[in-house]
Amino acid sequence: MIAIRGLSKRFGKKVVLDGLDLTVPKGKNTVVIGGSGTGKSVLVKCAVGLLRPEAGEILIDGQDILRMDERELVRVRRRFGMLFQGSALFDSMDVGDNVAFALRRLKMHPEGHIREVVEEKLSMVGLRDIQRLMPAELSGGMKKRVGLARAIASEPDILLYDEPTTGLDPIMADVINDLIISLRETIGVTSITITHDMASAYKIADQIAMLYKGKIIEVGTPEEIRTTSNPVVAQFVQGRAHGPITDESEEFVRFVSR
Amino acid sequence: MTDSTARKNGAARLAELLGQRVYAMVLDLGAIFTLFVQVVSWAVRPPSEIRNIVKQMEEVGVRSMPVVLVTATFTGMVLALQSYSGFQRFGATSFVGSVVALSITRELGPVFAGLMVSGRVGASMAAELGTMKVTEQIDALVTLATNPVKYLVVPRVVAATLVLPVLVVFADLLGIVGGYFVSVHLLGANPYVYIAKTYQYLEFKDIYTGLIKASVFGTLIALISCHHGFVAQGGAEGVGRATTRAVVASSMMVLISDYFMTSFMF
Repeated sequence: MIAIRGLSKRFGKKVVLDGLDLTVPKGKNTVVIGGSGTGKSVLVKCAVGLLRPEAGEILIDGQDILRMDERELVRVRRRFGMLFQGSALFDSMDVGDNVAFALRRLKMHPEGHIREVVEEKLSMVGLRDIQRLMPAELSGGMKKRVGLARAIASEPDILLYDEPTTGLDPIMADVINDLIISLRETIGVTSITITHDMASAYKIADQIAMLYKGKIIEVGTPEEIRTTSNPVVAQFVQGRAHGPITDESEEFVRFVSR
Repeated sequence: MTDSTARKNGAARLAELLGQRVYAMVLDLGAIFTLFVQVVSWAVRPPSEIRNIVKQMEEVGVRSMPVVLVTATFTGMVLALQSYSGFQRFGATSFVGSVVALSITRELGPVFAGLMVSGRVGASMAAELGTMKVTEQIDALVTLATNPVKYLVVPRVVAATLVLPVLVVFADLLGIVGGYFVSVHLLGANPYVYIAKTYQYLEFKDIYTGLIKASVFGTLIALISCHHGFVAQGGAEGVGRATTRAVVASSMMVLISDYFMTSFMF
């Protein structure tokens, strides 16, 4: 289980996270929704220790990762796998080496077995016989799937998805949704997904949390979020241009009420 | 912010701009020094990055060889030409060999090799790491249980430090050969006198101080370029900016550190 308490992070004068609380239950998929630039990526980057927040605690099974030194952090990070927005495949390596990267660094398998293990991981995301291709030769959807295979290669028990369906066509987006669901069901990972794609959120979530102005303003099951009485959440999930979110922001006021 | 700048006069604005520049430079220097400390501490920890070091040595060394050698040859040639016409005025043309050998080994070999490597290797390191940064590949490394400094910076710094002196050995050699060729075959100097004069005043110290300099240049170029790559942000434009900064800063550091090393060594 991951418990995030009072998390605050600022960049210069801009406060991005402002005392955020969120509980992520074990073996479930928690989807964090929110507008662009509201700090969703910052939240997951704090969770793996890529960014250091100014205040708060992030408890992974009761251990606060913000109080850990680099050595302990490296050990905890092994439990994480992360799928990046742009897949972040290493473009100097072929697909096989990308997926095998953590396996080789952690010496999890003898070198002779690596190809087999990689093929098995790739088959879990529905790909085969592409180990020799370079990332530049892949389509966006394939890159995402290779990125996913790389993230699950070292068998993490926590997976973080940063906008997994952004930039994909609706069919490929649904393929990724199905993969996320099947990974949760087959290997029982705990996951946090950040997205603003509501179709995807409703499909893959066990619980949905809405991030707004640096705080989680509502947490609920997909059904509860769909029928929410909170006007801010309602505006976001229904995707309306008029509502409390846009009324408060000057640039939107000028734009929308023109 | 705009209000206050509008009210300030030109001098105050100039001072402010200067202060910001100096402040940014001090921050950069601090970050580069911190990176150096991290590199040293990660370099000695297992697992060894020998495979990556060898790969980088090929990139920094073997691939820079042609450009460094051409530069060195022509430097030796033009040096012979210039000092011949200068020394002719007071009848000291027999010393051309000594001048070429001393200048090349002590200064021009290491400095020109350093400048060429700054341009070639510094740019490629900053661009590669900068692209990795803006496409989140460096973040991905961290999530794959790999420290980016150990995996990316240590091999580059170690390779550049080891390989630059080797480049300079060849640069020295070809610079002297270039000078010999111009003096003997174009200007009609006596080959035996030329070679004798080359050896007569050349000490071992001239050569090894040049190689030490080259090594320091290698460390500085790799550190500065990796630093600028690591802090790149903002897409392709940011990577371009990081690359420019890396080349400018590392070329400048080659020349500045050269002065101080020379003043300490001789």
